[in-house]
Amino acid sequence: MFELIRANKRRAVILMLAMVVLLAALGYGLGYAFWRAPLVGLLIALVVWVVLALVTWFQGDSLILAASGARRIEKKDHPVLFDVVEEMTIAAGLPKMPEVYILDVEAPNAFATGRSPERAKIAVTAGLLERLNRDELQGVIGHEIGHVANRDVIYMMTATVMIGAIVMLADIGFYGVLFGGVGGGGRRTSSNGGGGQAQMIMMLVALALVILAPIFAQLLYFALSRRREYLADASSARYTRYPEGLASALEKIASNTTPMPHVSRATAALYIANPLKTGARGLSDLSSTHPPLSARIRVLRAMSGDTGFAAYDTAFKRVSGRAVGVVPFAVARDSTPAPTRAPSPLDVLAGTPAIRKREATNALWGAQGYRFIRCPCGTTLKVPPGFPKDVVTCPNCGRDHALANER
Amino acid sequence: MIGVWIILAIVVFLILLMVGMYNALVRLRNQVKNAWAQIDVQLKRRHDLIPNLIETVKGYMQHERQTLESVTQARTQAVNVSGGTVAEQAQAENMLSKTLRSLFAVSENYPDLKANQNFLALQEELASTENKISFARQFYNDAVMKLNNKIQMFPSNMMAGMFNFKAAESFELEAPAEREVPKVSFSS
Repeated sequence: MFELIRANKRRAVILMLAMVVLLAALGYGLGYAFWRAPLVGLLIALVVWVVLALVTWFQGDSLILAASGARRIEKKDHPVLFDVVEEMTIAAGLPKMPEVYILDVEAPNAFATGRSPERAKIAVTAGLLERLNRDELQGVIGHEIGHVANRDVIYMMTATVMIGAIVMLADIGFYGVLFGGVGGGGRRTSSNGGGGQAQMIMMLVALALVILAPIFAQLLYFALSRRREYLADASSARYTRYPEGLASALEKIASNTTPMPHVSRATAALYIANPLKTGARGLSDLSSTHPPLSARIRVLRAMSGDTGFAAYDTAFKRVSGRAVGVVPFAVARDSTPAPTRAPSPLDVLAGTPAIRKREATNALWGAQGYRFIRCPCGTTLKVPPGFPKDVVTCPNCGRDHALANER
Repeated sequence: MIGVWIILAIVVFLILLMVGMYNALVRLRNQVKNAWAQIDVQLKRRHDLIPNLIETVKGYMQHERQTLESVTQARTQAVNVSGGTVAEQAQAENMLSKTLRSLFAVSENYPDLKANQNFLALQEELASTENKISFARQFYNDAVMKLNNKIQMFPSNMMAGMFNFKAAESFELEAPAEREVPKVSFSS
């Protein structure tokens, strides 16, 4: 556990340093190309980065939640989801249970945010709640709690900001080149006379940086974020002691064809399954934040009997045919055996898709402040927030319910 | 002169090493303590839920007096030994889990009961508490194993002996048969 956090932190620092160097080089080059003053460019790059980083640190999670349209829910809105989050919190030994949010979205997906385990937040879509049974939901929540426990969230957020800053500067540079910013530099060159060739080379280097920096930053990030997905899967298997739950959930997510609405490229890495792609999920490419779902499912299913980190690593190596696994060496070495548990009994797996759909819908209503009053005649009254009267009459049997008496 | 410095460096290094070992032991011991507190919270929660459950099902299950009584009895036993040794509590709680399982099994024969909202809510609550107990136990046992390894392995065993760190007891399932992996059948 601590070894995993340490290994993740070390990698995050290396990535951050590489990105800072890239950003600084970009700023330096642009400063030179525009104003013949590389230090000014460097300063601008730094200011852009600091501003974005501060915003992320203090407001990142609320911005992400607001942008996705997530609403916070209470235990009464969806008891099963709440219980599952609490179970995984206990399994991971987190200091505090994350806040739970729901998204009114048909595509099944989930993400975690919040810069520290104390401020963690987990959001799931209504589509996820409709499709998954309790064990599968547990697998998905275990994966998200894994991101929180492994300190992936703050890393993903800072990396996203870094890439944002680099892309922003590169864009400025690109339009600068297009609309003659560099041409201005060129005129000065001719009046200066000598040294034109060296400046020409510098110009080309700056141009190359403008084009390559964003691509390079993304590649760097993607390579590491895919590894983190595998690690979060391994954590989930270890917490739940039941890899089949997550495997089967991922299968259901993979078979979904409903697109995820308005997800920006910046937050894509936070989700359990890449929200940007709907078809052809099996295909992997360099520009994907997530490993292909089919590979993740195969690794989970290849774990037989044991759910420890070492077992996940072995399964990964066997499935991928690679000699190097995804679990850091110290973690695999200290991993204790954790035998697989039995699936939950059928009555606990929370019934039929119809029941789950109703529960998910109720959670959405509850998140909007609706109150549910169960009439003895079997009807459930849904009272909107700010209902003007004190008494509601059941349309079915005519009984009056005083709002103050109901919870 | 150089010799003195070398000796001094070695001494400082050893002291730092010992401080590190001591702190690691303390951290693990606290982790075990916290993990146990978490189990305790969930056990108490289950004890509190059972009277509600009995109250709810009593009216429906007239013919299952014996099942209900055994649940009540197991609960009383579990409450009595809470605060006792880990092994005692583990045994009583395992007994309670078993009687609860048989209660939910017979509840399948009572469709009226299965339609009762209160019962369904209690069932999810108890199933989840059961899960929480087992996850808390999982976390506790991992912490215990780490602490015990440190206490028994060289060189930290010397520090543990000096400052009287005691090995902790893990919370085990009673019957080895329960640990066997049943065949997985998937339906949803």
